[in-house]
Amino acid sequence: MTELIVKNGFVYDPLNRIDGERMDICIRDGKIVKSVKDKAKVVDASGMVVMPGGVDIHSHIAGGEVDTGRLLRPEDHVKDVEVKTAVTRSGVGFSIPSTFTTGYRYSKMGYTTVMNPSMAPLQARHTHEELSDTPMIDKGTYPLLGDWWISLEHIRDGLLEENAAHIAWMLKATRGYAIKIVNPGGLEAWGFGRNVHSLDDQVPNFGITPREIIRGLCKVNTMLNLPHTIHLHTNNLGQPGNYVTALESMKCVEDLARKDKPVLHITHIQFCAFKGEDWGRLKSGAEEIANYVNNHSHVTLDMGQVVFSDTTTMTADGPFQFGLYHLTGNKWVNHDVETETSGGIVPFTYKRSSAVHATQWSIALEIMLLVKDPWKVFMTTDHPNAGPFFYYPKIFAWYISKKAREDMLKKINKRARKRSLLPTIDRELSLYELAIVTRAGQAKALGLKDKGHLGVGADADIAVYNINPERADPAKKFVSARKAFDRAAYTIKDGEVVVKDGKIVKQVFGKTYWVDVECARNHCRTTRARADAKIKKKFKDYWTVEYENYPIREGFLHSSAPVAVKAEI
Amino acid sequence: MAITLIPKRVFKFPIEGKNISPDVFGKKSEKEIAALEMWEGNRKVSIGDLFDIKVDRSSSEDVTIKIEGNVGTVRNVGFRMSMGEVIVDGDVGMHVGEEMSGGSITVSGNAGSWAGSQMKDGTIEIKGNAGNYIGAAYRGSTKGMSGGKIVIHGNAGHEVGCFMRNGVIKILGDVGIFAGIHMNNGTIFVQGTSQGRAGAQMTNGKIVLAGHSEDVMPTFTIEDIKAKVKVDDEKIEGPFYRFTGDLADDGKGKLYVSKSENPYLKSYDKYLE
Repeated sequence: MTELIVKNGFVYDPLNRIDGERMDICIRDGKIVKSVKDKAKVVDASGMVVMPGGVDIHSHIAGGEVDTGRLLRPEDHVKDVEVKTAVTRSGVGFSIPSTFTTGYRYSKMGYTTVMNPSMAPLQARHTHEELSDTPMIDKGTYPLLGDWWISLEHIRDGLLEENAAHIAWMLKATRGYAIKIVNPGGLEAWGFGRNVHSLDDQVPNFGITPREIIRGLCKVNTMLNLPHTIHLHTNNLGQPGNYVTALESMKCVEDLARKDKPVLHITHIQFCAFKGEDWGRLKSGAEEIANYVNNHSHVTLDMGQVVFSDTTTMTADGPFQFGLYHLTGNKWVNHDVETETSGGIVPFTYKRSSAVHATQWSIALEIMLLVKDPWKVFMTTDHPNAGPFFYYPKIFAWYISKKAREDMLKKINKRARKRSLLPTIDRELSLYELAIVTRAGQAKALGLKDKGHLGVGADADIAVYNINPERADPAKKFVSARKAFDRAAYTIKDGEVVVKDGKIVKQVFGKTYWVDVECARNHCRTTRARADAKIKKKFKDYWTVEYENYPIREGFLHSSAPVAVKAEI
Repeated sequence: MAITLIPKRVFKFPIEGKNISPDVFGKKSEKEIAALEMWEGNRKVSIGDLFDIKVDRSSSEDVTIKIEGNVGTVRNVGFRMSMGEVIVDGDVGMHVGEEMSGGSITVSGNAGSWAGSQMKDGTIEIKGNAGNYIGAAYRGSTKGMSGGKIVIHGNAGHEVGCFMRNGVIKILGDVGIFAGIHMNNGTIFVQGTSQGRAGAQMTNGKIVLAGHSEDVMPTFTIEDIKAKVKVDDEKIEGPFYRFTGDLADDGKGKLYVSKSENPYLKSYDKYLE
């Protein structure tokens, strides 16, 4: 039995409504408890901020795309080399760090849970191998199911329950955590060199529309009682004028909302909040998006905040990446994953001098600040698409300090500065709100009950930052706050101190979350059996992998953490 | 300030020599220089373990590093140097003068691959032969040499000036295949023979082949015949066939190929009438 007490810190625990109260956090055997014995090890947090460990809802850290990105970019690694230490292994950055470096860097910033948002089901084995090799953090991964043939067929034939049973099986087979939808219908069309451009375009060979896919999977998500909502990367991503598509996507599931529970998560909203007819006239659609989100409670968003840096874009959105290749002329990879999805990778540099890039930077900040309820918006960079994750502290500074934003505004493209709404926004997030958008809100949206808070029974994942809100206002002293977020004074993972003063002191391996859906009714089992026979035939006809070899055994995961869910079917 | 390094023994293993640079040695005492870190294979060593060091402060302010002996396994000599001089009396390893932005490097023997890769300014002179990727970009990068001058008196290997953005490379001996591949700007001059495919995927810049060339890529189109061509203040006597390419990449690069050394190119004459 190991006991630990984090003493005397300013605690920010929004899920338990604790706002900067000075208190102690007691830990026993990796869980937060009411009290510990006197001889418990003490972590002195006096004059420091104590928050739950950071949670990242959307960060590409493992899988086929990430690894192909690594192979594509030796020049990215050479400028950022990590030497091994007595505790840590060697590795490389920059925008696509090796697995171990990914874990260490997240941990150094006080992050303890990271979700990998895009996994072709066929690459699940590879993804889980990489996740198992990513130390320091708990993780999960979302299989791409928005262009998955069998699901599309079920939607076409109106077989809602069969689709739900099938998705439940897919989540188990890939050990996935949520339903990820990327450019619904577009990726299937991309297999034939085409794309879809609105929610009502026909998907070739299926005769259904993106709207039907989103709605179909949204209903399935609710029927299966999944902890997270559907995780949507919208159609028309990265196209001028696409804020309309984003709004349409939100509207199309409005009637599926139950009470005030969200049913849709739109990811990296910045990339689909573009207004204007072309790149030259690109403007921010942040106001419209924020207005809608302020008036509805069925949507959550994450940002995809642009950071001015060299990075590598990678998504399952093959047609979008193809467009990006034509825009940049950079080297590129594009890929069609059998009957499942597609993928693309293009290195990219966000420049302050570019009107488009600077506007993108501004859009994400505007949405974050214009949405009144911080429980609906989460900080991400869609790592590495809009910037590598280790720039998060920079973004925190922009959130908490108008001065920090103004400093950057002065340095960006003139045209973008003129069009930016930022000068009219005075809002500065408090540390309490920052804790929501970087951990509590994300954990809540993910349905991770033991994460993102410091109440009794929660996992003892804690971040301690050397910021004293009594001594200095972080909004004014944003540089030192940024540095403090960059190097956590302590990161505690499952009750063990793993980072001290921004240095890894102990290597630990986190768990991999996946949802284990239990279908209650007998009816469901018979549906499953029928479906099984159908799938087996399909695998013989179309896949390069045998049906029997497709699912991932639970033992394949380094440390499996199933989240049991009872479905309504 | 002149610093002389004499190898204590024959080096068998690759040595990481990033610290052998006038910028690093600059204001250091003999003792401090001797303590500078190096890697020999997988062992951490110091410069003092590998070299006898002599420091002479009587001479000028400029920092001159002289290596007396073969250091063919020592890589990254003169890494990111911005001033001063490095003289190697013998062979030197890979990546000599990588990312340098000033000063000069002279090698009396041979140099390994990647000499002057990504250099920005300064000069490198190699009296012997050099390896592949002279003045090139790092693997995967599109930013090759962007300034300065490299002169190789002997032969050079393949892909000289890969992704070159500016500056001059002069090779007085022969080159391998793909000289000036992906070249963006700058000048490459080859006195000896070229193994062919020069200028593949070049988008701009100038390549002058004064000797025999195995081929001219079919994606280059003939422009005219020039009697002379200018290479870095020097007029090279021709005549030269002048080609434009690489058309496969919509390139506007200029490829000059000696007329007298390449009689097989006569077939192009009919397009010039």
